[in-house]
Order: sequence, then structure tokens, then C-alpha cells
Amino acid sequence: MNDILQTVDWSRAQFALTAIYHWLFVPLTLGLSVLCAIMETFYVRTCDPYWRITARFWMRLFGVNFAIGVATGLILEFEFGTNWSNYSYFVGDIFGAPLAIEGIMAFFLESTFIAVMFFGWDKVSRRFHLAATWLTAIGANLSALWILVANAWMQHPVGCTFNLETVRNEMTSFWEVLFSPVAINKFVHTVTSSFVLAALFVVGVSAWYLLRNRELLVARRSIAVASYFGLFFSLVAAMSGDRSGAVIARTQPMKLAAMEALYDGEQGAPLTVIGGFRPETQRRSGEEFYFKIDIPRLLSVMSFRDADAYVAGINDLVWGNPKHGIMSVSEKMRRGKVAVAELDRYRRARAERDRAAMNEIAAKFDPSTVEGETFLTEYFAYFGYGYLKAPTDAVPHIPLLFFSFRVMVGLGLLFIALFAALCWYAWHDVLSRDKCRWLLLAAVWSVPLAYAASQAGWIVAEVGRQPWAIQDMMPVGIAVSKLPSASVIVTFFIFLALFTGLLAAEIGIMMKQIQKGPDKR
Amino acid sequence: MTTLIFLQHYWWFIISLLGALLVLMLFVQGGQSMICELSATPDDMNMLVNSLGRKWELTFTTLVTFGGAFFASFPLFYSTSFGGACYVWMLILLVFVLQAVAYEYRRKPGNIFGARVYERFLLINGFLGPMLLGMALGTFFTGAPFTVDRLNIAEAGNPVISQWATPWHGLEVFAESTDWLLGLTLVFLSRTLAGHYFLNNIDDRTMRQRIAHQSIYNIVPLVFFVLMFLGTMVWGKGASYGYEEPAYITGEDFRYLHNFIEMPGLLVMLAAGLGLILGGSYVAWQRLDGRAIWFSGSGTVLFVLALMLSVGWNKTCYYVSTVDLQSSLNIGNSSSSEFTLRAMSWVSLLIPFVAAYIWYAWRVIDSKPITKAEIADDEHAY
Repeated sequence: MNDILQTVDWSRAQFALTAIYHWLFVPLTLGLSVLCAIMETFYVRTCDPYWRITARFWMRLFGVNFAIGVATGLILEFEFGTNWSNYSYFVGDIFGAPLAIEGIMAFFLESTFIAVMFFGWDKVSRRFHLAATWLTAIGANLSALWILVANAWMQHPVGCTFNLETVRNEMTSFWEVLFSPVAINKFVHTVTSSFVLAALFVVGVSAWYLLRNRELLVARRSIAVASYFGLFFSLVAAMSGDRSGAVIARTQPMKLAAMEALYDGEQGAPLTVIGGFRPETQRRSGEEFYFKIDIPRLLSVMSFRDADAYVAGINDLVWGNPKHGIMSVSEKMRRGKVAVAELDRYRRARAERDRAAMNEIAAKFDPSTVEGETFLTEYFAYFGYGYLKAPTDAVPHIPLLFFSFRVMVGLGLLFIALFAALCWYAWHDVLSRDKCRWLLLAAVWSVPLAYAASQAGWIVAEVGRQPWAIQDMMPVGIAVSKLPSASVIVTFFIFLALFTGLLAAEIGIMMKQIQKGPDKR
Repeated sequence: MTTLIFLQHYWWFIISLLGALLVLMLFVQGGQSMICELSATPDDMNMLVNSLGRKWELTFTTLVTFGGAFFASFPLFYSTSFGGACYVWMLILLVFVLQAVAYEYRRKPGNIFGARVYERFLLINGFLGPMLLGMALGTFFTGAPFTVDRLNIAEAGNPVISQWATPWHGLEVFAESTDWLLGLTLVFLSRTLAGHYFLNNIDDRTMRQRIAHQSIYNIVPLVFFVLMFLGTMVWGKGASYGYEEPAYITGEDFRYLHNFIEMPGLLVMLAAGLGLILGGSYVAWQRLDGRAIWFSGSGTVLFVLALMLSVGWNKTCYYVSTVDLQSSLNIGNSSSSEFTLRAMSWVSLLIPFVAAYIWYAWRVIDSKPITKAEIADDEHAY
């Protein structure tokens, strides 16, 4: 493997490492901030000091988690530049804007009012403090909006055009970027699933108190709030997840096919509930699994809202299927190479100051002419494919996606059932270790499962996009900075050691704080 | 002036303002670098840490917004500098990561490493944060060894737009005296500002006297390094670009001196900024007056704003390539498109509103200076 390929892989590993660690902390921040605000609202409305104690307790845990989330987020933002230099220029005109807006609109809101939230209890009025807590929660979730808009654009680039003069993609519609169906679904699904994680964290910790027969009032109130909150948002997450599947079927069919391990497309395609993969060398058409359990036609329904719809398989997408109008990857590669070659010809013409050749090529990239429109839609639309080496390069890691997707969905359904049961017990005011020990134990164990589901969700989103940094436009191999692989390896292990040490410290502090319990002063 | 050129200047102003506010907010780092020397007892240290701990997130946010705004408005700088000088940027990130957790974890039971390790983190960030940021920003004046060719994206063998010409990837700054001077300037400026902030925020007579006594050890080196840096800068060489398309870049002796002469408003701003910093220091030293931070803080913003504007406005290249002059970056050749700059300009109208709520929230929280008793009672104290 040459050095640049190693750099690509290590840069991917480093970004994945940072994203995984960052995503360990962010969902809890997003959801717990809202839960704290709800609990404090109860305090302000009822003047019951126990609501104040409850809100302050969860705020203490929120603070421990928040700090490390901020730290890992900083690295993530700057890694776009340090590790993905070509990417940063090629799409910076579009991608940078949400990051800047995130800073101006959301981060300042969060970081200003979080100080009031933590330190203002005895310095400001109750209503002002409540407003600060809500503004902190709004700021945190607004920041999620903007980074998810940026991420959605990478999955489905819209609202932009290629400018030959600047050799980059440039934004043409801010609203198209902001309100693309992928962005809307991604935001709703990611934020609501984060609320679910936070709700599980609250019910898990509270259930532990009930099992130990301590902090009973705080624990019961917390479970009551978090289980209704969690039930509502887990249903919203399920609905937005379903909607995301339908959007992916249209915008990233390869990701959907890989998630389902659907090798050959089918009319009335079934949804595989679970299956056992054969090793890659033994997978033949129709015999990819040792066993599998299907639900007939469900994949067609979920993808196109039509039980008889044709869902493209991996082989259709790689090798083409003229009957269903699916272009092969090799044809896309041919067209992409034409686009790259034209750009290279322009480069040489510019170096030789050949004005006539430059004008001739420039006409092909001018969307206002028929020639330009044709070239941009027929050839440049496949620009990224021009860098692929083989058609199978366009296929992401199938087993990883297949199992991650099932972990996410399976656990999501389990959480709905758990929240429903907790709501029932909370409604009847019978939450105690004598009456529902099994349920409380399940709630405690749901905390690590929530993190597993959350990480699995991001694996589906990001591994499913591979090999693209930007779908169809730029593969990761072209997006990377030209750095020696050794330097990326060194920083990878530095970050690994640092993040792991800090995670261990965070878990240690969290455990101690939970053992200590709410401060009753 | 076309709309695009106006927007490029406007966004350089926003970047400069964010840079100036970031330097102002580095008082948090300056304070961290002094927590040991100003503390006689653990209570003293707790008081200092808690005073700073209520502000660290804003410094962090300003840094993130500075980076994000640079990415959005001048993406070619972002991709060239961060992708090329990655070692120095990675070092900066590392020292800021250490800071982010240090406040929250320092005194919490179960933190594994013990309070002293987190105090070391604060010290490391306190010294190296301003130092490295100063050295990285110093490359605006000294340049860096890179080449840029956007059409390289189509070159099959080496599709790299921005390339670094040395294997040091940013560590070159350690060999450049001007970068050291700016780094050291920021270290002592942040410490000076921190002293003034403590005077405003801490209600403890002994501590305040200690801070005033300490301030002389910061202001003297600050003046020395500022003057050295300014001297080196105005005597140094810069680069400018013309109006033709494509704009040709030429090297120019005394470029920054010419800029201050051609934009006298910046010269006034620079002098006023320096004067206010010195005035604030005098007020702090002689009268232990908490209002010193208002003088030195506004002086810092004016001083850094003038420096940043002098390096980007007036057809000046703000990031000179030391190996290929024509690759040098200026606000004309490295900006985002007119559409993006315009869209972001609408968002930037929120900045006064953001500044207003920050000011209001600070005023509310800092209405009473911090005391030892308050920290002892506070459940969330750092």
C-alpha cells in the first residue's frame, strides 16, 4: 500500500475515532439539556423545592458530560482542514457556511447561558434562570441543526453548481441546502434519538436509585418525566427513521441496498429482520445468507410506499440494470473520467496560455448554455466516479452496515416498549423495587444499549456513504490532505490515548456523582 | 467597488473582529498561567479557577467561531493553512482539549488523575494556548512555504490543491523570530488582561494586592515584545496584488508600514489600542481599580483589529507563500463566492444581538465579585 492510501485510511480512522468519541457525549448533552429545562419549569411553576433539587442534580451530570463533548467537537471542526484539505476547498463555499452560522447562532447562545444555568441560581430571578436553561438547551440543539445540515449536504449535495473559474462547487440556494429532505430528516431523527438516549440515561440512573431504595422522590419524578419524554420522542425517532429510509432509497440507493444486504433487486422486496452472512468468498447470487428471516414486501413499502415497487440491489447498482433504468458504475466511471479529463485539459491549456482551448472547455462547464447543461448533467454529475479504480469500489462495507442497522432498529423498538412500560408504572404510581424490579433492572441496562444504538446509527449514516466524502462528487481518496501517513498515525494514537483517558475520567466522575446523589441543600 | 469586493472586505473585517475578540478572551488562558504564582492557599487557587471557569466556554466558542468563519469566508486559507501547517494547528487543538475538561473535572471525585494533573492542564493551556495561537497568526506577517493550484484536482498522479513545500508542516514557525515575538506578545497580553479581569471579578483584598504587584512583571515584557514585533513587522516585507485578472502578486518592502500610512485610521486605532492597554495597566497597578479591564480590553480589541485589517485590506496578501509568490492568498483570491458571502452577511447581522446578550448575561453573573464563601457554598464550584 502506498503512502497516500495509508494517509487516506488513517485519516478516515482518525475522523471516525473523533466522531465516535464526540458522539458519545453529544446526544446526552442535547437531550439532558431539554430534560433539565423541563424539570426546572416544574420547579418554577410549582415552587416545589424537590423539583429544584432534581433539576440541579441532572444539571451536575450534564456539566460533566458537556465539557468533554465541547473538547472533541473542537477537534472535529478543525480536522476538516487538517486532514481533508482538498475537501475543505472543493466544497468549502457550501460546507463552511453552516459551520460559521453554527458558531454565531448556536454556540454563543449555549456558552453564554450555560454559565447562568450553572452559577446563576442565587444571582438571578427564578424566571431568568429558567430562561437561561431553556436557551442553553435551544443553543445546543440549534448547533446540532447546523452541523447536521452540513452533514446532510455531504450525503445529498443540493443547491450548488460547479464553477470552472474557481474550480470548486459554489452555493446557489441557501434554502435548498437548509431544507433538503435529507437535512430535515437527519435533524429530526438525530435530535429525537438523542432525546431518547438522554431519557434512557435518566431512567437508568433513577432506576438504580429505586433498586437501592434511595433518593425515592427524585428518582420517581425523574422517571415520570423521562419516560413520557422518551416514549414520545422514540416514536418520533421511529417515524423519522422510516422517512429517512424512503429518502435514502431515492438519494443513496447503494446505502439502502448495503444496509439490507440486498444483492439482487426485487419487485416487492422483503425486509430482512435478521440473517447470518456467509463469508465473502462463499456469497453467491441468492445464497448470501446461511439463514434469514424476511417480512415479505416490507422493504418495497418502506422505500417507495408501494408493495410492488422495485428496490435496486447491489448488483444492479454496480453492474447496471437497463430494464429498470439503472446505470452501471462502470458507465458512471467512464463519464466521470471524461469530466476529470476535461478539467485536466483545461489545466494544461491554462499552463500553455491557450485561450482558444480554454474558451472551448469553459463552454462545457457553463450551465447557461445547452452544451454546458448537457455536459454538467451527463458527465460532470459523475465527476467523483472518475477517480474510482473499479466498479466495486462504490460498494460500502456490507456486513458492518447490515448489522449496525439491525442493532439500531432493534434496540429502538425495545426502547419504545421499555418507555411504554415505565409510563404505565409511573402513571399508576407503583414504581418501586418490590413491584417492578425486572423493569428497573431493564432500565439500568438500557443505558449502555442506548449508546450502542446511537453509535450504530452513525455507523449506518457514515459507513453507508463510503467511498464518498461527498456523495458522487468526491471520494475520500481525493478529499484527503497530502500528509505523510506517519504523522496521521501519530496524531491518531495521541487522540486515542487522550480521549480514552478523558472518557475514563468522565465515567469515573459520573459514577461518583451518581453515588453521591442529589444535593439536598 | 463591486459587491463581491465589498463583501470580501466586510468578511475580512468580521474575521479580524473575531480574531480581536479571541485575543481579548485569552485572558482566561493568561489567568490560568498565573494560578500557581497568585495562590498562597488552595482556597486562593479555587477562587481564581472559579473566576476563570465561568468564562472559559466563551473563549472556546470564540475560537471555534473564528475557525468556522474563516472556513466559510476564506476556504482556501482554511484548506491551505490547516492542511499544510497541520502540526502547529494540532498542537493548538491539543492544548485546548486539555483545558476544556480541566475546570469541570479538577475537583470532582473519581477524576482518576487527581486535581494536580488538571491544574497542569490549565497551566499548559495557559502558556501554550496564547503562544501557539500567536505563532500561528504570526504567519500572516511572515508567510509560509506552500503552493496552491486549484486545477491540480484533475491531475491523476497528484490531485492536491494546496501543498506544503517542507516536511515540517507548520513547525517552521519555531524558526521564525517574528512568530516568536507575536506568540510572546500574546502570552504577556493575556496575563496582563487576566490580572485586570481578576481585579474586577474577585473580592479579596490580599489577592488584589498580589495581582497589582504581579502586573508589573507582565506589562514590562508585554511592551518590550509588542514594540519588537511592531518594529519587525513594519520593517518586514509583504506582498500586494493588482486589479488585473488574474491578479499578479508582487513582493513589497515595508508593505505593512505603507498600509498604516495609506490607512491612517488603522494607525490611530493601533496607537489608541496600545494606549488603552497601557492606561488600563496603570489604573490597575496604582489604584487596584476593577475598571482597568474595560480600558485594556477595549484597547486589545482595537490593537488586534488594526493589525488584522492591515494585513488583509489595501490589496495586501494576508498569507504570503515563501516558495511561490503567485500562490499567496489574499481576500480576493481565497474568498467564498459572492452568494455565500452575502448569505452569511445576513446572518452576521445577528452579531450585535449576540454581543448584547453576552454583555447582559455577564453583567448579571458578575454583578457581585466572587468571594471564598460563595465558592464554598456552591454545589457546582470548580
